[in-house]
Amino acid sequence: MPQSLQITAAAPDPALLDLPWHVPLEDWPASHLAALPRGISRHVVRFVKLSGRVIAVKEIGESVAYREYALLRDLNRLDVPSVEPVGVITGRTAPDGEPLNSVLITKHLKFSLPYRALFSRNLGPDMATRLIDALAVLLVRLHLTGFYWGDVSLSNTLFRRDAGEFAAYLVDAETGDLHETLTKGQREYDLEIARVNIIGELMDLAAGELLVDEEMDTVAVGEMIVQRYQELWDELTGTEEFGATERWRVMDRIRRLNELGYDVGELQMTTDLDGTTVQIQPKVVDAGHHHRRLMRLTGLDAGENQARRLLNDMDTYQAATDQQGEDEEFVAHEWLSDVFEPTVRAIPRELRGKLEPAEMFHEVLEHRWFMAQNAGHDIPTAQAVTSYVENVLRHRPDEEAVLGLDTATLAAIEPD
Amino acid sequence: MASVTYDQATRVYPGQERPAVDALNLEVADGEFLVLVGPSGCGKSTSLRMLAGLEDVNSGRILIGDRDVTDVQPKDRDIAMVFQNYALYPHMSVADNMGFALKIAGTPKAQIRERVEEAAKILDLTEYLDRKPKALSGGQRQRVAMGRAIVRQPQVFLMDEPLSNLDAKLRVQTRTQIASLQRRLGVTTVYVTHDQTEALTMGDRIAVLKDGLLQQVGTPREMYDTPANVFVAGFIGSPAMNLGSFAVADGKANLGDTHIPLTRTTIDALTEEDKGEITLGFRPESLDVATEGEEGAFAINVNLVEELGSDAFVYGQLAAREVAEHVTSGAGEAQLIARVDPRRPPMKGDKIWVKVRAGEAHVFSSATGLRLPA
Repeated sequence: MPQSLQITAAAPDPALLDLPWHVPLEDWPASHLAALPRGISRHVVRFVKLSGRVIAVKEIGESVAYREYALLRDLNRLDVPSVEPVGVITGRTAPDGEPLNSVLITKHLKFSLPYRALFSRNLGPDMATRLIDALAVLLVRLHLTGFYWGDVSLSNTLFRRDAGEFAAYLVDAETGDLHETLTKGQREYDLEIARVNIIGELMDLAAGELLVDEEMDTVAVGEMIVQRYQELWDELTGTEEFGATERWRVMDRIRRLNELGYDVGELQMTTDLDGTTVQIQPKVVDAGHHHRRLMRLTGLDAGENQARRLLNDMDTYQAATDQQGEDEEFVAHEWLSDVFEPTVRAIPRELRGKLEPAEMFHEVLEHRWFMAQNAGHDIPTAQAVTSYVENVLRHRPDEEAVLGLDTATLAAIEPD
Repeated sequence: MASVTYDQATRVYPGQERPAVDALNLEVADGEFLVLVGPSGCGKSTSLRMLAGLEDVNSGRILIGDRDVTDVQPKDRDIAMVFQNYALYPHMSVADNMGFALKIAGTPKAQIRERVEEAAKILDLTEYLDRKPKALSGGQRQRVAMGRAIVRQPQVFLMDEPLSNLDAKLRVQTRTQIASLQRRLGVTTVYVTHDQTEALTMGDRIAVLKDGLLQQVGTPREMYDTPANVFVAGFIGSPAMNLGSFAVADGKANLGDTHIPLTRTTIDALTEEDKGEITLGFRPESLDVATEGEEGAFAINVNLVEELGSDAFVYGQLAAREVAEHVTSGAGEAQLIARVDPRRPPMKGDKIWVKVRAGEAHVFSSATGLRLPA
C-alpha cells in the first residue's frame, strides 16, 4: 500500500512539496542542486535550492531521522552552535511503489566552511591549531549542556570565521544523546573519539596530499584537542581555594570567565568551619558573554570573538568621543549608525557574499591598524575601507556558500 | 579475552528515584555472545554503557576478567564499541584504514601489518588491503569497519543496536555476518537490541530486562521453552505467546466454555495470593485444530488469516464473547493467534475449534507472574 508523503517541520515551506521526493536523492537532477556532489559521504547528502535558500538533505532511516531532528531542535533551543533543523520527510515512495528512505532537512549554515575547504587553502601555519581550538570550545560547550556527541570529528563540524579565529558548529547529531549531566566517562570517551577521529582525518588529508603543511605531525595536532579541552573545562568548572582575606579572587574568577566568553549563572562559595579558607566553584556557566552583550546593545548577531572585537571598538569610540559618563545604550546606538553601518555599507554590493558583515568589519579594523603602523599615524576608517576593498576583499573567494560536501568519509555500511 | 561480571551493579540517574539498572547480577563467559534485550526504558543500553564506562556505577561492581573496572576510564578498559564510528577514509588504503588506531597508539609498524593481515584473513579482505575503500563493495567496507575494532584485540566487543540504521534486508544479512564473525573470533561480546528476533538468532545466551530488573537469562531455547515469568513469555517469540487469566476449579483452568486440564504439581504450587486464578500461556504453534466437544477444545472466531507459505496464522477471538477479553497476545488486546495447516487455512469469519497440545501449556502464578511447575 503506497504511503502518503509526510512532512514534519516547525515552519514548513510549501515549496518543499515541489521537490522530487519520489526520486532517490542520489539521482536528483542537477537543476535542483545548489552544488554538485564532490565525494561520497556516510549517507547520501545533497545541497538543494529552496525558495532562494540552500538546504541540506540527508537520506536516513525514519526513526533515526526523527531522533536527530528532535536533538537538533533541542540543541537550538539550548543555544548551542549547531545547524538548524528544517524538518523530516517520511513516507517517500518511488513511482514503482518501492519505498524510499526518509530524509532529514537542515538549513545550510551561511558563511560556514568545511574543514577540507580550509585545509586545501593556505590559511596560515597555525590553522590546524585554531580549528582544534574551536572544536574544543564547542565540545566543552556541548558537554556543559549535557550533550554526549558520540562521533566528534572535523567532518561532523562546520567552521565559521570569528574575528580571525574560528567558531565551530555541530553538523551531525546522529550518534548524540542529551542527558541531565554527563558522567566523567562520557566526557572522556567523547574526547577520545575526537582525538582518534581528528588524527584519522588529518592522516587521510596527508595521504591524499591535501595538507598544505606537509610536515604536520598529525598525531601531535590531534592530541591537542585533549589538552585544550581539559584546560578550558578546568577553568570553567574547577574548584579554587584561597584564604578568607583574598576575597577579590571571587570577582577575579568571574572576570576571567567573562574574558573567556562565559557568563556565570551560579557560583558556589563554601568556607571551612573556622572561616579561614574559601572555596569557589562555578556551577552554571553560559557561553556567549560578548555575543549576548553585543546583541542587547545593537541587535547585531555576531560570533563570540567578533562581538568582542566590535565591543572593543565601541569602547574606543566611547573614549574618543568623550562620552565615558554616557549610558552605554546611547553610545552603542551612535556607534552603530556612525561607525559600523557606514563601514559595512561602503563595501560594494557584489563583494558582500565574500564574508559576513561582522567579519568584514573586523578585517577592516585589522587593515586600518596595519595601515596606521606603516604610515606612523592614524588612518580614517573611510580610507581604510577603500584600501581594504581594493587590496584585500576583492581577491578573496566567496564564502557565503562553500558547499563542499563532506568527502572525508565513505559509506561503510550500504547495500552491495 | 575475558569474562564479564556484573556484580549487584546499579545505576540511578541524578534526580530519579527508581534505578535505571537495579542490582544487576550477570556473568558473561569468555568468548560468549550475550544479548541484552527488552522494551525501551528497560535498562539494556544503560547496562551496556556501564560496562563501557560511560555511565557511573552507583553501587556494585563491574569486572572484566578478574579486573575490577568500576572506576576505570572508558579508554583504559580494553573494550571496543563496534560500529560506533564506521566512517572510512577515502585516501588511505584499506590496510591503513584498519590499522590507523594502532599507528596512533605507537604500535611498531611490523606488528600493525601483522595484525591487519590477520584480521583481513578472517574478514576475507586480504586481496584488498592495498586498495582504496572506494574500490570495495558496501559489505566489504562494513567489514573494514569491523576490522578496525578487531586489530585492537580488545577483551570485549560492545554493540549498541548496531543494525538500527539499516534497512530490513541489510539488517538480516548483517545480523548473520556479525554472529558468524563473532564465533570465528571468539571475542566476548555484549550486544544490545530491542528486537527479540535479533536476540534469538544471534545470542549464545539472552538476558531479558524490564524496568531495570533482570527477568531471565538463558539460551534462546530456554527462553522460548521455559520463560521464567509472564513478561518473558509475552516478550520472546514471534508471533507472541497467547496469555490468558483462568479460574482454577476441578483440576482445570476454566474460562467460559474452555476447560484446560492442569497437573497435580501445578495445582499444588498455587498459593492463597493467587485467589484461585492462574495465568495460562500457549504459543500459536502449540494449538491443534480439534472438534467441538473434545476435552479442552475451545472455539475461535477468525478475524484474519495471515498466509506465509510455510505457515498460516489465524488471528481471532475466543468465541465465548463474555470472556474473550481475558486472553491476549502480541497481536493486541483480546486477540488470539493460532498456527494452522497452511494447506488448509480457514476463512475469515469462520469459527474453528482448537486445543492446546498436551504438555505445551505454560502456567504462571497470577499473583507473582512467576512460572509454575507443570
